[in-house]
Amino acid sequence: MITGKLFAAGADRRIAITITILLAIAIIVPVLNLAVPQNSALHIPPYAVALFGKYLCYAMLALALDLVWGYCGILSLGHAAFFALGGYAMGMYLMRQIGDRGVYANPVLPDFMVFLNWKELPWFWYGFDQFWFAALMVMVVPGLLAFGFGWLAFRSRVTGVYLSIITQALTYALLLAFFRNDMGFGGNNGLTDFKDILGFNVQADATRSALFSASAIALALAVYVTWRIIGSKYGKLLMAVRDAESRTRFLGWRAENVKLFAFTVSAVMAGIAGALYVPQVGIINPGEFEPANSIEVVVWAAVGGRATIVGPIIGAILVNTGKSYFTGALPDYWLFALGGLFIAVTLFLPQGIVGMWDAWRARRRERLAAGEVVAPQEVVVRPETAAAGKWSEPDSGAEPQPAE
Amino acid sequence: MTILRLLALLLPLLTAFVAPAAADEAELREIIAKFATAKGFAATKSIVEELAAVGDPAAERPLVALSDGDLVFRESDREVFIGKESGRTVRLLDPLTGEVLGEAKKSEISKIKVNNTLRRVIRDAVGALTLSSPDPVVRIAAADTMFKTPSADAIDALDAAIARETVSSVRRKLEQARASSVLVSDLPEADKLAAIEMIAEMGSRDAASLLIAYEAQSDGALKDAATAAIAKINETLAFWAVAQNVWYGMSLGSVLLLAAIGLAITFGVMGVINMAHGEMVMLGAYTTFVVQELIRSTAPGLFDWSLAIALPLAFLVSGAVGLAIERGIIRFLYGRPLETLLATWGVSLILQQAVRTIFGPTNREVGNPAWMSGAVDIGQMSVTFNRLWILVFALGVFAVLLYVMKRTPWGLQMRAVTANRRMASSMGIKTPWVDALTFALGSGIAGIAGVALSQIDNVSPNLGQGYIIDSFMVVVFGGVGNLWGTLVGAFSLGILNKFLEPYAGAVLGKIIVLVVIILFIQKRPRGLFALKGRAVEA
Repeated sequence: MITGKLFAAGADRRIAITITILLAIAIIVPVLNLAVPQNSALHIPPYAVALFGKYLCYAMLALALDLVWGYCGILSLGHAAFFALGGYAMGMYLMRQIGDRGVYANPVLPDFMVFLNWKELPWFWYGFDQFWFAALMVMVVPGLLAFGFGWLAFRSRVTGVYLSIITQALTYALLLAFFRNDMGFGGNNGLTDFKDILGFNVQADATRSALFSASAIALALAVYVTWRIIGSKYGKLLMAVRDAESRTRFLGWRAENVKLFAFTVSAVMAGIAGALYVPQVGIINPGEFEPANSIEVVVWAAVGGRATIVGPIIGAILVNTGKSYFTGALPDYWLFALGGLFIAVTLFLPQGIVGMWDAWRARRRERLAAGEVVAPQEVVVRPETAAAGKWSEPDSGAEPQPAE
Repeated sequence: MTILRLLALLLPLLTAFVAPAAADEAELREIIAKFATAKGFAATKSIVEELAAVGDPAAERPLVALSDGDLVFRESDREVFIGKESGRTVRLLDPLTGEVLGEAKKSEISKIKVNNTLRRVIRDAVGALTLSSPDPVVRIAAADTMFKTPSADAIDALDAAIARETVSSVRRKLEQARASSVLVSDLPEADKLAAIEMIAEMGSRDAASLLIAYEAQSDGALKDAATAAIAKINETLAFWAVAQNVWYGMSLGSVLLLAAIGLAITFGVMGVINMAHGEMVMLGAYTTFVVQELIRSTAPGLFDWSLAIALPLAFLVSGAVGLAIERGIIRFLYGRPLETLLATWGVSLILQQAVRTIFGPTNREVGNPAWMSGAVDIGQMSVTFNRLWILVFALGVFAVLLYVMKRTPWGLQMRAVTANRRMASSMGIKTPWVDALTFALGSGIAGIAGVALSQIDNVSPNLGQGYIIDSFMVVVFGGVGNLWGTLVGAFSLGILNKFLEPYAGAVLGKIIVLVVIILFIQKRPRGLFALKGRAVEA
């Protein structure tokens, strides 16, 4: 009982620390970038701000995936699709902001449309000259797609690997669609050459710092929202569906609705992450829909520790820092490293870094408790880590199961 | 008709017949010599006509050379040659035999000039000459050319050729050429109606375009007849277009079947998600590449056998890698399908990068053996041999696999382990080894699929990635755990894809197919042919 309370306080403390750190860097990093003179050791160069801002967006995407995978057992191999859709919505706003400063100086049509001889704006580009509309679409488009897709999939009880495979097919279909020039999203070049966001130059250091802060604050918000969802009664239901879907259904809960809610919330989160990502990297193209990207997101969450809130954030930042290092220093070995990481994490580190840390701390605490007094033999239900790693198939032993 | 033509092509013995007595070679040479002294196009034209009038097929070579602008004469002695330019010099060939006679500088010779009117005259003359060639293939080609460029003057020559023609398929071609010539002549209406009838029977695209052109400039009964004939041809063409689409679809289906059939074993029977399956296909393709390289450098004569040699090797290579993956990784992850998916994805990245490091990132050249190149026309559709062989091969692999699964002790063990692992184990079956060998079999099959796919696809480190999603779609669509489902799934997806393509375009067609499958899985989550069972998943 006491340990349970302690642990609950620990978890809360961890969330509080994460949010505090995120809010702190949202203030400190821009200050160090803008106010500290360039030759100072504390100065953060603008490229580092943009790079780390990118990592924060990835972290938010990983957190979104963790909400459905870690807590609800839905392994989505198409989460980068929601990320990219949010990114495209933001990219469309940024394209409209270019106005007549494009190469062809057309006040309404983006350059690629003039190039393709389009005469007027397609209907789905209307409204994207307004920021509020674009911001709405960043959430509505991925949310609606996830809702429609999830509604179909969960109602007909497509689960497990089947769901993974059709989410992969979904992002693959979107990849093919966005590669087409006549879709009206710039074909394989995508959207780029952005100038302004809300009237500020996207290239300027101040804007980049502001975007960095926005990413950090958005991530902090996402952490808070996820934590609230997990801590609520609904969060318990989510984990119940993850651990024993049929039993939950037999108890009278509508498992498909539970999943649908998590999937939609997660897609919206991914969309926001994508929207913050695009102005920081300055381009969005169909390559973001690559099925490989979505699977990479899974490994971020797995490395950090799924079914934890902090894990995916740590995982996304660590793996991407490694990727930046490898692709710069040893470009030929990055795929070896990434592939090895996939195998190593699944074989040796099924609970990820945070899960390992928790397990180690729990053992240490037990040893200490056993050394001092006889510990009360109580089963402690720990909301976050108790079942992580061995929840997927409760009834199956270590044997292959026919996919039926 | 087609079969007859094939026979005519394949059995030259049939066509042995006496060629018209060759004219005196000296007479031809005398006429050809006149080219050197001809002044102006009109004079050249009359020489061409004189040459054609001799009626000796040997006159074809100088005439074709003249038309191509290759007929030259030496300034010094006004002798006529065929000149082939090579750099600054010109190789001089005998105008009749084509023998190399010597070389000359460019400045020493001059070309005999031709214009378009002259070229047309030459073409007609050559057409008439080649009609009497002893080679039926040449005669058919001549008839085809004359069909496409009808002229009333050719009718006499065609009549003569038809009269002496002994091969019925060639005669038919000649009659069709005559019919098209009749249309542009001023023969009576009845003849023209018969000609339209004959052209309509051909049912080809050429026939349709000829009649469409004719319809525009005719009137009365002839116009009506032409309109009716065009409608008839279009019907035939529509039928063949469907047949062609079905063929393309079956060809795509056979590729999908090859890529998916190994997956049907590992995913369908064992329930293991192997994301590295595409890389097994890629390894098979690279094995073919290595085998061909070795053959090229050591025993070029064996090249036609390269695929036969590569097949067992590819099976062994991919099978061994599969065995290693199963023993090294997958066996620790049984019962955790999502983790298996991630780990095998990692394996696929490593294999791709390894191949990229060893063989380089660019496409590798894998050649087609002689018996796989070429095509055959069936009616109005063309069937390439490599696609045909791949279809046959895919069905063969399917049959062998079906036999292994249903009729051999090993297949029995595999099915027993799948059905009830504990029971199988207590019957004395070594279940871990059955797992390992089943996985190796699935991977090996992917390897031999790679050998076949190397013949029609680019062999690059990304080869496998292009197939992995499609393969999963096929297996899921067809129904997991059912080889027949995979067969039906592959062919129906292939044909559906090819039928959508003309209307929606290749990419949109593929998107539609994906969306259809996603919707289909909602309706039947267990695929087309679901195994019946009483299990409720957790």
